Amino acid sequence: MRALRAPKPLSPPPRLPAFFGYGRPVRTLLHAHRSAPALWGLAALALLAAALEALVRFGLVPKLVVAAPTETVVAIWRLAAEEGLLRALGATLLTAVAAVAAAAAAGLPAGYWLYKHPRFGLAYRNWLGALFAAPLVLVYPVVLVLFGRTYASTGFMGFVVGFVAIALYTREGFAAVSPTLVRVGRAFNLTPRQEFWKILLPAGAPMIFTGLRLGTIYALVNIIGVEYLINFGGLGFLVSETYDKFDTPGMYGAIVFVILVSGGMLWLLKRLQTWLRPA
Amino acid sequence: MSAPILRVENVAKRFVTATGTVEALAETSIEVREGEFVAVIGPSGCGKSTLFNIIGGLDSADGGRVLVEGKPIAGSHRDIGMVFQEESTFPWRTVVENVAFPLEVAGMGRRAREEKAMRFVRLVGLDGFERRYPAELSGGMRQRTALARTLCAEPRILLMDEPFAALDEQTRMLLGEKLIEICQALKQTTLLITHNLSEAVQLSDRVLVMSFRPGRIKRTVAIDLPRPRTSDVIASERFASYLGTIWEDLKAEAAKGLAALETARRAPAGR
Repeated sequence: MRALRAPKPLSPPPRLPAFFGYGRPVRTLLHAHRSAPALWGLAALALLAAALEALVRFGLVPKLVVAAPTETVVAIWRLAAEEGLLRALGATLLTAVAAVAAAAAAGLPAGYWLYKHPRFGLAYRNWLGALFAAPLVLVYPVVLVLFGRTYASTGFMGFVVGFVAIALYTREGFAAVSPTLVRVGRAFNLTPRQEFWKILLPAGAPMIFTGLRLGTIYALVNIIGVEYLINFGGLGFLVSETYDKFDTPGMYGAIVFVILVSGGMLWLLKRLQTWLRPA
Repeated sequence: MSAPILRVENVAKRFVTATGTVEALAETSIEVREGEFVAVIGPSGCGKSTLFNIIGGLDSADGGRVLVEGKPIAGSHRDIGMVFQEESTFPWRTVVENVAFPLEVAGMGRRAREEKAMRFVRLVGLDGFERRYPAELSGGMRQRTALARTLCAEPRILLMDEPFAALDEQTRMLLGEKLIEICQALKQTTLLITHNLSEAVQLSDRVLVMSFRPGRIKRTVAIDLPRPRTSDVIASERFASYLGTIWEDLKAEAAKGLAALETARRAPAGR
């Protein structure tokens, strides 16, 4: 009978250079660390950018159609310095803030009303759902006739999509509150006002915030889309202008900037939600 | 003998369903004296939770009345505190904030209410967890948080609807022991709704056995086991004898409940 051999000792996992990974094993950074998903995301993005850079540099993709990522980054600085990128950002953000504020002011009470009147809630839930899924940006000619080529048009287009998302999710958020929590409130003899502020609102907050986040992003996207379509306003107008001038790096730069702004707004709203309802 | 603090007089309740009217409770009467621990036991569907909701003021009765210290009550009453079967802690509040909830609603200042809430957090053995959120606790700890929250309002009558139903047997027995300890320390009058025989005998001074639909009190069994009581009591012969006595009554009712459930399942869909 042969004696069992002791298994070979495993070689230690590779380590990142001390200046980059603080001496931690690569596996720890990419798997176990709390920010591992973000690191994976960034790594994939860097890989895609590198591949795109190579494709454009070697002429496999025409420069007129797609700008190299490095040129796109340089173009963002150029847009900021020479083409009024920050002014455009300000115009779009102000329009979006006004549209989302109006959508929240109307959508939150509308969602609550639909929850308090279940018959109407059930009747209109599907309508709102259908509107939420519909490409509402296509009604821009009607809005253009109503408000002309003004900020009112872009703002209104943002308001409409924001309102639908916020009203729909607010209603769903309240409807999803556990009936037991409401019964706890009744057992403690809460007034309707206390029941709303101390139970319904915090319990429904995660879904209501999802509605606010979606409403904000949909409003922003719609506003930029309409700005692009009607050649008016902020970032959408800038994308349209660079497109018309065949300034491909500038156009991609503006688009990347729009994505960064959307991501930033999402992150801010998420932080706000965590601050307001930590658990 | 002291006058009853809680009286349920001939309470009746009917429900109208798609298949007709269901008589959930018929002429149900209960009396609970100050400091007494009473369990109501019955088969599934006998109207236990309906009775709990009516006494707690969350539902109205079609007949009869509920009296606290001889005065009829309607709706929820500050002398009655309720602990629910389902998960009922507020997930966005820490343990101490959950427990302090009734004090916050009553308008007590933050510092005073947290101090008072901490007394009840300690009472249920959750000190050290007061800044944790319910998601960070076990099911038993969450149920203790809900109990502490109800006790913090200092109700004269504690009404509990199968509070340990979602827990495993061992946790249930240990929490039962904790509940006895708390109720004895506070001299808390308690009415427990349960379908668990061991739990009813382990905790109570009296067990009220309910009949299957329409629910009414079929029999009262006085539990003469020594106090202070621990979970060790389940090993005694008398405990087994009480279980046997109650099961004798309950068996026929549980069989009726099971038969009704099977009949309902056999009915063609859509009827």
